[in-house]
Amino acid sequence: MSETTTTRPAARMSWASSLRSSLGSRLRRTPRWAQFLLMVALALFCYLLPLLEPPVISTPGTDFGAVLFTVSIYVLVAVGLNIVVGYAGLLDLGYVGFYAIGAYTVGVLTSHHATWPWLLSLPAALVVTMISGVLLGWPTLRVRGDYLAIVTLGFGEIVRLTLINSEWLGDARGISSIPAPPSLPLFEIPHLDWSTGVPLVDFSDTTTFIEFGVTDPVPFYWLALTLVILVLLADKRIKNSRVGRSWEATREDEDAAELMGVPTFRFKLLAFALGAFVGGIAGSMFATRQTFINPESFTLLISILFLSAVVLGGQGNRWGAVIGAIVVAYLPERFRGFEQWRVLVFGIALMLLAIYRPQGLLPPRRTVRAQRMEEESQALEVGEADPDAELATAGPVARNPVDDAPVPPDEERSPRG
Amino acid sequence: MAEVIQQPSMNPASAPEPLLSMNDVTLRFGGVTALDGVSFHIDRGEILGLIGPNGAGKTTAFNVMTGIYRPTSGSVTFDGGSTARLKRYQIAKRGIARTFQNIRLFKAMTVLENVMVGADAQHRTGPISALLGLPLHRREEAAGREIAHDLLDFVGVRGRADELAGNLSYGDQRRLEIARAMATQPQLLCLDEPAAGFNPSEKQALMELIRSIRDRGLTVLLIEHDMRLVMGAVDRVVVLEFGRKIADGTPSQVQNDPGVIAAYLGVDDDEIADEDGEGSDAS
Repeated sequence: MSETTTTRPAARMSWASSLRSSLGSRLRRTPRWAQFLLMVALALFCYLLPLLEPPVISTPGTDFGAVLFTVSIYVLVAVGLNIVVGYAGLLDLGYVGFYAIGAYTVGVLTSHHATWPWLLSLPAALVVTMISGVLLGWPTLRVRGDYLAIVTLGFGEIVRLTLINSEWLGDARGISSIPAPPSLPLFEIPHLDWSTGVPLVDFSDTTTFIEFGVTDPVPFYWLALTLVILVLLADKRIKNSRVGRSWEATREDEDAAELMGVPTFRFKLLAFALGAFVGGIAGSMFATRQTFINPESFTLLISILFLSAVVLGGQGNRWGAVIGAIVVAYLPERFRGFEQWRVLVFGIALMLLAIYRPQGLLPPRRTVRAQRMEEESQALEVGEADPDAELATAGPVARNPVDDAPVPPDEERSPRG
Repeated sequence: MAEVIQQPSMNPASAPEPLLSMNDVTLRFGGVTALDGVSFHIDRGEILGLIGPNGAGKTTAFNVMTGIYRPTSGSVTFDGGSTARLKRYQIAKRGIARTFQNIRLFKAMTVLENVMVGADAQHRTGPISALLGLPLHRREEAAGREIAHDLLDFVGVRGRADELAGNLSYGDQRRLEIARAMATQPQLLCLDEPAAGFNPSEKQALMELIRSIRDRGLTVLLIEHDMRLVMGAVDRVVVLEFGRKIADGTPSQVQNDPGVIAAYLGVDDDEIADEDGEGSDAS
């Protein structure tokens, strides 16, 4: 009898979350080859998206390819920041600093002070950002929590102010004429035209495969998307290893992790370096596409936008970060007509999210499960009379019949079961 | 007042080098002396009980051994070497593992992952080998998984490997902590009040578990309040009071020691504040 009364609130509270995670669990139950095919299909769709220009999704008034490029840059950033914030639990408010360093390294090496070929400047930029991640992390990762947030916030600002004030880096004017990646024009691909309501192949609107021009952002998007896929694959592999476990253990309980043999400082530093690396990729892609960068593009607001992408999506889940980035970067472009309402809507959306989905849109599957279990156990506890509490309060003695509820689990709890 | 009994342990014939020895360890926090010239040793393969009233410095002694605190003076020797220069994770890697008085699991990780973090203490996989799926990574991953499953079976948290650690029952969380510590493949396992909150039958089962841990070749250091429990399970007892060692010997020797009785009952001495009611079952 106690069971019927106690499980009902649990069921009521958790139906939403179980519904939410049912898609995910169904996905996990499908065989591996089917999952693989699904992923390939999804990737293919993403590649074709700027050519298909589907009516509801595509952005009126703005070049859809350009929007997609921006979105993929944000996705890169969010996945990189998710390593730092989500996996390792280090609140980094200055991530834009790495993004800026990546962009500026490409700018300086290819145009401002040297004329390196683009293909060489990219790895150089990544090495530089990674080193800057280690340099920032080495002294600062000794502080924890809020203090780390403050220090990293400072880092982001220092980078921006240095860019503004350094003549050598082009001060407030920035760096211009950054070259595009080398082109390899092979053939032309037409876009679809939906203006009549039915899809028509439009041969007057074509993208050259692969020519990185100023006018056509689609090849840039393809390049960025390729990088996103590579980063996601790498992220998955590293996460499912000793490295990922060490990050999470450090996040959960740094001292306990250390006493279980995890060199926490080293792994936190690694998280910073890898996060910076991915931020550097995003920054250098941004610089390449823009051909022109100045400190304006690397403000604190951008840092916060990056962070909100991760938090919005669900910290610690790479797909959450991806979705968060899409929301943050795509929705404002899609609804450009309501531009003056943008910030208001964004604020309201964040508030609603904080109330209804505090773990983010797509929290790690564990968090979903943990929450559900917690709700259930809370519901059980409410119905379950604790003998001690009864002595102490002497109030709700009427719950006596439920007293025997905790006994069966006790029995099965005996060790060596 | 309390007289120190220096008793060699059960094997008088040969005196092999102890696994761990605390050599005149003193630890001060400002004006408070938490440990005051404490010396004792742990022999290989024994179960040593560390007992004493609340605030006697038992957990502090643990913390000194595992490198959380550095002794103000004195030293800790483990497995033939000093631990003074080792970082905490290095001490863990060298072979001292512990559980916590207040359970400190990685709550948002699964049961299996918790134990695998322990197993990772002996692993070397870095980001590159994980990224490229090198044999090192695959081998260690498989080994860690196997150790973890084996230990979960051993401590009796079977079939819940994919559950979140935070969702386990209290008793299972305690047992999971033991499994996690054992996964680091230690020589010395320090258990800080593992039976706290257990009912008598659970306590009994736990003591059986501790004995079978010893049978696996581990040395066990056990902090426990329940005197009866300790006395039945351990080979030797060290008693601390106010940061000082007041007794060291077999359970029966210690039980009859007037200083220990005084410390636990707090009768014939005005200085001893009788704060802990738990000591009363000592006699």
